[in-house]
Amino acid sequence: MDLTTIVLILDSSVRLATPLLLACLAGLYSERSGIFDIGLEGKMLAGAFFAAAAAYWTGSAWLGLLAAIAASIVLALVHGFASITQRGNQIVSGVAINFLAAGMTALLGQAWFSQGGRTPQLGADARFGAITLPGAEALRDVPVVGEIYYELISGHNLIVYVAFLMVPLTWWVLFRTRFGLRLRAVGQNPAAVDTAGVSVPFLRYRAVVICGILTGIAGAYLAIAQSAGFIVNMSAGKGYIALAALIFAKWRPWPAMGACFLFGFLDAVSIRLQGANVPVIGEVPVQFMQALPYILTVILLAGFIGRAVPPKAGGIPYVKER
Amino acid sequence: MMSGDEVPGRMPGELDMQAPAAIALSGISKSFGAVQANRDIDLLVEEGTIHGIVGENGAGKSTLMSILYGFYEADSGDIFVRGEKRKITSPDDAIKAGIGMVHQHFMLVDNFTVLENVILGAEGGTLLKAGVSRARAELKRLEREYELQVDPDAVVGDLPVGLQQRVEILKALFRGADTLILDEPTGVLTPSEADHLFRILRQLKSQGKTVILITHKLREIMAITDNVSIMRRGEIVATLETAETTPEQLAELMVGRHVLLRVEKGEAAPGAPLLTVTNLSVVDGNGVARVSDVSFEVRAGEIVGIAGVSGNGQSELLEALSGIRPATSGEIRLADGEDLARRADPAMRRRSKLAHVPEDRHRMGLVMGFEENENAILGYHRDKAYGRGVFLDRSAIEAEAREKMQQYDIRPPDPRLKTANFSGGNQQKIVLAREMERDPDVLLVGQPTRGVDIGAIEFIHHQLVAMRDAGKAILLVSVELDEIRALSDRILVMFSGKIVGERGPQASEGELGLMMAGVTPEEGEGESAEEAQAEGEMGRASAAEPKA
Repeated sequence: MDLTTIVLILDSSVRLATPLLLACLAGLYSERSGIFDIGLEGKMLAGAFFAAAAAYWTGSAWLGLLAAIAASIVLALVHGFASITQRGNQIVSGVAINFLAAGMTALLGQAWFSQGGRTPQLGADARFGAITLPGAEALRDVPVVGEIYYELISGHNLIVYVAFLMVPLTWWVLFRTRFGLRLRAVGQNPAAVDTAGVSVPFLRYRAVVICGILTGIAGAYLAIAQSAGFIVNMSAGKGYIALAALIFAKWRPWPAMGACFLFGFLDAVSIRLQGANVPVIGEVPVQFMQALPYILTVILLAGFIGRAVPPKAGGIPYVKER
Repeated sequence: MMSGDEVPGRMPGELDMQAPAAIALSGISKSFGAVQANRDIDLLVEEGTIHGIVGENGAGKSTLMSILYGFYEADSGDIFVRGEKRKITSPDDAIKAGIGMVHQHFMLVDNFTVLENVILGAEGGTLLKAGVSRARAELKRLEREYELQVDPDAVVGDLPVGLQQRVEILKALFRGADTLILDEPTGVLTPSEADHLFRILRQLKSQGKTVILITHKLREIMAITDNVSIMRRGEIVATLETAETTPEQLAELMVGRHVLLRVEKGEAAPGAPLLTVTNLSVVDGNGVARVSDVSFEVRAGEIVGIAGVSGNGQSELLEALSGIRPATSGEIRLADGEDLARRADPAMRRRSKLAHVPEDRHRMGLVMGFEENENAILGYHRDKAYGRGVFLDRSAIEAEAREKMQQYDIRPPDPRLKTANFSGGNQQKIVLAREMERDPDVLLVGQPTRGVDIGAIEFIHHQLVAMRDAGKAILLVSVELDEIRALSDRILVMFSGKIVGERGPQASEGELGLMMAGVTPEEGEGESAEEAQAEGEMGRASAAEPKA
């Protein structure tokens, strides 16, 4: 395999890892606050649909992004209301949101656009296009460095850069700010936060809203950056993979990036290897290659990460004890 | 009958006449559903004093303090802090009013450092950096002033409970608390740790701070408080000057009738060993040795007590003996002499006439959602008397349950009532009735009176002694040293999974306390007369404070 192939696979890994990373960080905020969120998938899907619909009507990618975030926040607040205010079961609420999003997007898509649930194809203005970083053209012909810079670093759309910048930002928020300290505390022992005079519900609602914003961006990426429109069920389990990556990363931002990149890479490799002839085995069945990331997810989660201890208060509604 | 007006001082109405009290509660009432937890409570806490609040479980002590700390809102009544009426509806309000609280179950974040725990909620800015360095300096100062040594960078979960408690006190002082509430602070401490805590409290008092101490241990009240209020059934029945009262008087006020604080029992007449444990070791699922090479025997007609601070292997020992957990090595033999150590089968142990009252009735002893009669046969439900084939004979079960309830004075005497609706003492009696009425040869008892009222404690102790006198072998595990000393004929002290020594029942609290902390004094001096009379004050023998 030559350098160009490797760079191309890595380049494609970055694109495929982006929605995972955004969803994974979204889950990180929510779960660090003690609210398990299996509804990342649904929020992403709703975000994708409303991004595509708004971008189609207004012709603006930015308005599409805003619509995605708004839709996703609404679902996040539903989850928050169910699990924080009403102290319901967080898994049930999350699953409900996934079903709601899957059904609602298909239904509204058909009702509004009559294309079998799809949204119409978007023009260039209604999408986030590739950004060429300064100096990329000039460096293009420099061997190795230039190729890596031009192909791998430069030439992605805005959301890709946002996703990767969210990693250090999240780390900083979590470990260097008051909000981060309280967020980490409330996921471990909400009673400690409560007796310290800080509102547990308000903290958790903020975490859930941040989760909504990030899943909204992830959804917008799917519909109006990576593709040019919405397709039924286009999130295709990415919300679940993001959750797996979150566990794999033990709820920490930098490892989350590593985990998402790994899953993106596996995805990229599987696409690349489709139809390729592998020695001894011969042509690899497409289905096997598509299943590969999932198989590896199971293997990695089952045995290779050691003990992943979730935030102690995760999934448990906070009730003042009597 | 004593009443509130014997307090040296004034009632809330005349607050403005002299120096105002640190805390004054007036007419506080609080109900949870149909249960009235606090009824029209008036309480005055003088500034710069240590004020004790005693009462049985469910008397409403914790509820009252939670109201003062803003955790609950009172249905009616007023709170005055230094003569000024305050509305306290959240812990934040309480903190602002200069009230700090050390909860019975610590409110700490395990995986945070001491420093992070201390600043949580009082970070002093959006970014942590400034607050952290300010807190570090402040902790240094508090450490010097109050003997509150603790490493600010240690992770709280790794600290022993005594130090975790110091972190809680530091949290309150860091927030500028003038009044500190401590809810059952010594339950988890060794005697020497408790001693250190009391030194800290005296230090706080000498600096003009006010301390409210909630406890059910009368000895602590006598040792450290200036005034004491006694609560019963949601009301304050008396407030007294500690110097002018006695433990007997306090106990009587708490329970509402005369109580025997001492267990009356005759000499033991031990017979043949009924439980023999040889070189027993237990390694837990994480590969940590919990019990190391433990050997002892329990004979017919004696109570052997195992003393130790919670978490030193007593629980695992009980689990191995009762067949819940396999032993890693060593032998466990009952009267018939067969080694059972590797046969972890609780049902088989029961058939071999070994009964077990688990340490934690909620987790292991009872199914809280069951009706009382169902819990009364749990573990023995296959017995022929309770049904035929796969069917249960409900009327037989209920009839028997009713009988046991009467015998053990379990209230309310309704076998159909959900177990969760019984008080702690009555729940414990359900477990005891189930295990003791099976007439076992060997009885393992873990924390028989944890969370149980004084009145019920008296009963339970009496039952245990009666079983001993009937020739049964009883192994008693308790973290309450008083209980161990009152009941045991021999005392084994466990520390870090090992039995570090055996003493007679006359061994002093100080000596046992040191052994519980891993300091083994010279052998053989355990039963001298002079130590037997070292009662009353808290274990003074803590000159050799174990390393912090």
